[in-house]
Amino acid sequence: MKTLIQKKYHLVFIGLFLILMPLGNLLGFVETNTMTLWGRYFCFAIAAIGIDLIWGYTGVLSMTQAFFFCLGAYGIGMYMTLSNLPDGHQLPAFMEWNQVTELPAFWAPFSSFPLAFILSLLVPALFSLIFGFFVFRSRIQGVYFAIITQALALAMFLLFSRNETMLGGTNGLTDFKYLLGFDLRETSTKLGLYFLSFIVLCLIYIYSSFLTKSKFGKGLVAIRDSESRMRFTGYGVSAYKITIFMIGSVIAAIGGMLYLPQTGIITPGRMDVQASIEMIVWVALGGRSNLKGAVLGAIVVNLLYSIFTSILPGGWLYVLGGLFVITVLYLDKGMIGLFQQIQDYIKTFFASNKNKNEEEMENEVINVSA
Amino acid sequence: MLSVKNLSVAFGGVQALKLDQFDLKENELRVVIGPNGAGKSTFMDIICGKTKPDEGSILFKGEELIGRSEVKITEMGVGRKFQKPTVFTGLSVFDNMLLGLKVKKDIISTFFYKTKKEHLDKIHEIALKVGLQDDLDKIAGSLSHGKKQWLEIAIVLLQDPELMLIDEPAAGMSDSEAEKTGNLLCELSNSHSVIVIEHDMKFVEQIAIDQVSVLVRGSILTQGTFQEVKNDQQVIDCYLGAPDSAQAQRSA
Repeated sequence: MKTLIQKKYHLVFIGLFLILMPLGNLLGFVETNTMTLWGRYFCFAIAAIGIDLIWGYTGVLSMTQAFFFCLGAYGIGMYMTLSNLPDGHQLPAFMEWNQVTELPAFWAPFSSFPLAFILSLLVPALFSLIFGFFVFRSRIQGVYFAIITQALALAMFLLFSRNETMLGGTNGLTDFKYLLGFDLRETSTKLGLYFLSFIVLCLIYIYSSFLTKSKFGKGLVAIRDSESRMRFTGYGVSAYKITIFMIGSVIAAIGGMLYLPQTGIITPGRMDVQASIEMIVWVALGGRSNLKGAVLGAIVVNLLYSIFTSILPGGWLYVLGGLFVITVLYLDKGMIGLFQQIQDYIKTFFASNKNKNEEEMENEVINVSA
Repeated sequence: MLSVKNLSVAFGGVQALKLDQFDLKENELRVVIGPNGAGKSTFMDIICGKTKPDEGSILFKGEELIGRSEVKITEMGVGRKFQKPTVFTGLSVFDNMLLGLKVKKDIISTFFYKTKKEHLDKIHEIALKVGLQDDLDKIAGSLSHGKKQWLEIAIVLLQDPELMLIDEPAAGMSDSEAEKTGNLLCELSNSHSVIVIEHDMKFVEQIAIDQVSVLVRGSILTQGTFQEVKNDQQVIDCYLGAPDSAQAQRSA
């Protein structure tokens, strides 16, 4: 029964976004730009799944996931910058303005798509591996880890904002027209990216739910519940933490890679401290240690953001703050927990009604026999 | 089995432990008693690698334990049960025990782990032993205090340790639960070496089938059978002089 209900959620999700939305677009109800907007939500949802694995399941609060998201986005962005150079130009415009005469060495591999693709995944993986190695090996835990990752987010934001870093400074990378020969302004390209984002989201969801159900996933929850018990049960806790930190960071980068072509711009503003905290808020609002919650949280918060910034531009932060307070006070399992509570309530309501009916019937039987 | 020599550790200038000699035979059940702050838990922390001593040596099956990581010491066959019941509250009792199971515990093996029949049998056997056979599907966090203690013992047992360090297993238990725990410990000592830290003298009497060591201010005051220790004037002065307070502690 329970699995059926859970499958039902999946079917509704897939039916809505894989059939209804595109159908609406085909019939003219849903604008193509709205589709792209949803494609971006899916990218955020992908990053949220990564955060849920690290924070919700393993209990490690990483406040730098937006940075990993941006590493993926910058990787693809560098490729697109180089492949979109206007005729007669050897260098991106921002480099020319800075009197750079030669393409920096670290840009060179990004002129090929396969290399750029691999590096977009490899750089965040290696970065999180090295960072995780030093931090988790020294057993930095809890709030200290959160603070260090926040400092990392700030440091990276400042680094990427500098013109000398050769990544476009505060303006970031933008002005893309083509990706692998596809015109980004074409409806078909936009829809293609929408579908790609959705499918990747589904694949990552499936992979993560497999991960959390495996013994490895149970080990992660065990680390969250009692790290020392886990150590004295013979598990190398640090290695587990490093691994899940890497997995979560690469997942965030995948989100970023898909995000860039649908937004057309990536700036360091996407990776500042606030951006990472917002990502945590998505997961907290949706329901931590629940993959559905992470996806739901990312989509709902960003949807609300789109709605409120257009109807009530100054009020968005109040809405977000208000939602957060309500969640912390009343919904410790987030929105997804609310759904389950309602479901349980309905179930017990019907069950008690059924019991009542049975009792009445029994009474009748007794009356009759009397 | 276990041979401790000249172990000493100080916390911020206060000598917490200074053990000249402590030996444990195979399949011996040793009860360590002593007043609060005597260094009992510190002693266990040092054996299992949680605390680094200033100096000394601990030989376990002829191998030095000091300087090794907790994970390595656990792998060598030392199991530790904490004073406060520490279980994985978000997982089911079964999953708690599954994680305890003695199989390869590196990431790759854990990732591709498939439950085998002999593993299930082992879990059911241990569950039956500690009396959790009907609770396997429950979430560990919902268990009663006593059952959490048993679950933690089960997690340690599933690692198949040769030496078990058990810190106040009966704390906070009802009398019947404590008795059951005592029987379990006595049974365990048939096939494991066990060190038990305990406060409650009634419980000590039940499980003191071998030797009892009295730890006072970081050193062994005396050692002997329960009767010998109980009648030792030094021990009476320093520890048993207030049996009421020990009783009060347990019921608190």
